[in-house]
Amino acid sequence: MSTIDVLEQPAGVAERRSRLAGVLGLSREAKIGVVILAVLFLAGLLAPWIAPYGQNQLNFTDIYAPPSWAHLMGTDGAGRDVFSRTLFALRLDLAIVLLVTYPPLVLGVFVGAVAGYFGGIYDATLARIVDVTIAMPFMVLVIAVIAIVGPGVKGILIGVPLVAWALYARLARSEMLVLREQPFMLATVALGYSTPRTILRHAVPNLMRSSLIYSTLDMVANLLLLSGLAYLGLGAQPPNAELGSIIADGQSAMLTAWWVSTLPGLVVVLFGVGALLLGDGLSDGKLRGALQ
Amino acid sequence: MLSYLIRRLALAVVVLFGLLVATFFIIHLVPGDPVRIVLAGRASPATIARVRHQLGLDRPLWTQFWLYLSHTLRGNFGTSFTLDSPVAQIIGQRLGVSAALIAYGMLLSILIGVPLAIIAALRPNTWLDNSIRLGTTLTFALPGFWLGLMLALIFGLKLGWFPVAGYSGGIVGILQTLTLPALALGLGLAGVVVRTLRSSMLEVLQSEHIEATRSRGMSELRIVGRHALRLSVMATATILSINIGFLIGGTVVLEQVFQLPGLGSLLVEAVEKRDYQLVQALTLLAGAAVVLASLATDVVQAFLDPRVRLSGR
Amino acid sequence: MSASPEPVLTIEGLRVEFDMPFGRLVALRGASLSIRPGEIVGLVGETGSGKTLVCRSVMRLMPPRGRIVDGRITFDGRDVLAMSTRELRDFRAHDVGMVFQDPFSTLNPVLRIGNQVAETLRVNFGLKKADAQAQAVELLRDVGISDPERRALSYPHEFSGGMRQRVMIALATASQPRLLLADEPTTALDVTTQAQILDLLVKLSAARGMAVVLVSHDFGVIAQVCDRVAVMYGGHIVETGTIEQIHDGAQHPYTRGLLDSIPRLESAGRSTRLPVIPGVPPEPTQSLAGCVFRPRCRYAQPDCETVSMVLEPVSAGHETACPVRPFAGADRSFAARAGAPT
Repeated sequence: MSTIDVLEQPAGVAERRSRLAGVLGLSREAKIGVVILAVLFLAGLLAPWIAPYGQNQLNFTDIYAPPSWAHLMGTDGAGRDVFSRTLFALRLDLAIVLLVTYPPLVLGVFVGAVAGYFGGIYDATLARIVDVTIAMPFMVLVIAVIAIVGPGVKGILIGVPLVAWALYARLARSEMLVLREQPFMLATVALGYSTPRTILRHAVPNLMRSSLIYSTLDMVANLLLLSGLAYLGLGAQPPNAELGSIIADGQSAMLTAWWVSTLPGLVVVLFGVGALLLGDGLSDGKLRGALQ
Repeated sequence: MLSYLIRRLALAVVVLFGLLVATFFIIHLVPGDPVRIVLAGRASPATIARVRHQLGLDRPLWTQFWLYLSHTLRGNFGTSFTLDSPVAQIIGQRLGVSAALIAYGMLLSILIGVPLAIIAALRPNTWLDNSIRLGTTLTFALPGFWLGLMLALIFGLKLGWFPVAGYSGGIVGILQTLTLPALALGLGLAGVVVRTLRSSMLEVLQSEHIEATRSRGMSELRIVGRHALRLSVMATATILSINIGFLIGGTVVLEQVFQLPGLGSLLVEAVEKRDYQLVQALTLLAGAAVVLASLATDVVQAFLDPRVRLSGR
Repeated sequence: MSASPEPVLTIEGLRVEFDMPFGRLVALRGASLSIRPGEIVGLVGETGSGKTLVCRSVMRLMPPRGRIVDGRITFDGRDVLAMSTRELRDFRAHDVGMVFQDPFSTLNPVLRIGNQVAETLRVNFGLKKADAQAQAVELLRDVGISDPERRALSYPHEFSGGMRQRVMIALATASQPRLLLADEPTTALDVTTQAQILDLLVKLSAARGMAVVLVSHDFGVIAQVCDRVAVMYGGHIVETGTIEQIHDGAQHPYTRGLLDSIPRLESAGRSTRLPVIPGVPPEPTQSLAGCVFRPRCRYAQPDCETVSMVLEPVSAGHETACPVRPFAGADRSFAARAGAPT
């Protein structure tokens, strides 16, 4: 059979693909994005160990000190080190972002896949529910939820996922409508596989890709939402700091101590840029054709 | 096309009804008794009972919903506990400010975004195009309120060109007090506008039909003018309607930043003071605005886009 | 000739309709066929003749809106159309296998090849993970994939079309089915690879006593490997027989027309036009009385308007639905050598 080997070389060499090799194969854009995000997540994760000062270490002798080697981002109106506060705030905010982005993704993809696969009345019902859910402007809805349960992280953790799943459901559903016509889907039925197996083991892995790419965009949107709510005072309550609340605290002293409001904001921007670069890099720039 | 429009309208009605149901539940999901929470400590049990009866909270759920539905459709949004006037009136007073801000923001996003998109599409993959694209990435990552603060810092506090708080009416007043917040809104949206417009224009400009026109010697400018511009109108309208949610969310924070007496700051106040009537009404209004905006865009698009017109989609 | 064993598959009077918004389409109008164990039967016909639908019906994998409205399908004595969902799954998993036409989209793109094959062994045979992986590698070797241990770790897009088709065959035959339905397995492949895949099918059929239904629109492909062939036209099977019987002595005018339209080596260099059957196949919405080929048939008689499309024997193992039999006695191979159409 050696002649067959010569004639039928596979398109690429079938080496064992390790995750690392997969990452190294990304575009330059995406790699930069990964690095930025990694740095930020690490900073948040290690905050308790790398922050030079405590989150609420008051020091009334050193109010509104400008950035220096002692205080990388200066101090605020109560002498607290802004850099340390930012690190802890980043830790809290990133944790919340992950919690409100990925569980809804999993739920949404599952619901969308099932609805798309079976079609008919399930699909029609889901489509209507999704439409109603998406009609709500996120911020207003979350604020309404906070009105009900009270300010704090709880409101965000309830409010955002309530709507977020719908986006992924819509995406997964429309992809499933196309996917189920693919021959390999038919082939799994021909092999006698049960329907749950066909959907979960075969269809969903194919649907995940675009949802995961979209989640980079979603993470940015969620962080922005989060900081906006914190700025409004509706997020985590003192003494816990969120990036938005640090910025709000600094507003009254902006003319004299611009660093309190400005620098933490740059951290948010940095996160956004990193996530967007990653998303763009993974999708060849087709990611933001339609924004939510 | 008529069948398409009817279907769209029916869909909008269904969604609006869903919104009504959802907002209705706002008051009813509050753990505990909403009236007691608001009036806590300031009223006797008798007063609380009286207020509850006034609000209809002691009636069965179905009746309450029916009341809610019929009142809302007639424009009666109830009375705010804390401000002691009809909600509709309060909203009416502050609506103008928010509407002006949103409109101004949209205008700025078009004024900034469309020319940039055209430039980027005409010189694809040059440093100009790439820096424009990088710029749009940046603007999307900026938190709206932070951008507003930075603009206020630079153009308001440091340079003194604009006031940083308060609102005044009239053309001059709007230009003075709303420019900075509208700019914050507009820049955020401009990024999306540039991205989408650029890619659809590139598609059109590189299509074979345009090649044929080009080969007949028509100048690049005329090509852009005739074809690209018509495309921009359609595409921009769609983008703006999809992003109404973003605009609404943006006004909520920006009104806080710049101390503008609009619906956004009203909402925040209402939440802080637990004024559920207000919260309910504002949420409904926001949702309805989104639904109506997308319905309007679909209708306009149906008229403009011959494919939709003829096929009835 | 040995005594004919019981057929492994019998299709009788299969009628399939589609409920479309604009009306009802009749795609199969009463096809009948039987397959003996271990034999390779070709199913040939134009696009739209219903050949793919026959395979799908056997597996009860109907396309959207399609329904089997009449007929019987018997596999090893069991009534396929009466099977419950559970029995059907079992049937598909263990008794029948199907190979699809387009090798480029019949494998899940995000799963490794080895895992896909191992999966059917685990799910349908309860093998443990490690055993399934090892067995999968062997199956890949059996279908002619060299270095299967390494190749099993690849993804489908790293394989050529021919290799993907081999994997598909491995998947379909993993359960040692008694019957393999191969729907145009070589249409998307180049000629050399085609030959290899066909060889593989013959080899597997012989080694495992597995019957094969090979569907194709290309008579040349059929002629290479099939013992018997069934000719389909307009939703009917119009003639069946061995390759020699069909090639040398086809009795149905459609079959003759089909064979005549195959370019032959002998006519190269001569500017003879390729004979073409005038007319077009019937619309599936038409309901036809009598012989479905009559509108295009040169030999049609008045009686043909009322005849029913039933297969009648011509000789042992050779059946045709043509009542007229204009070629009875004429040996086609003689005419072919002379280079003139019959």
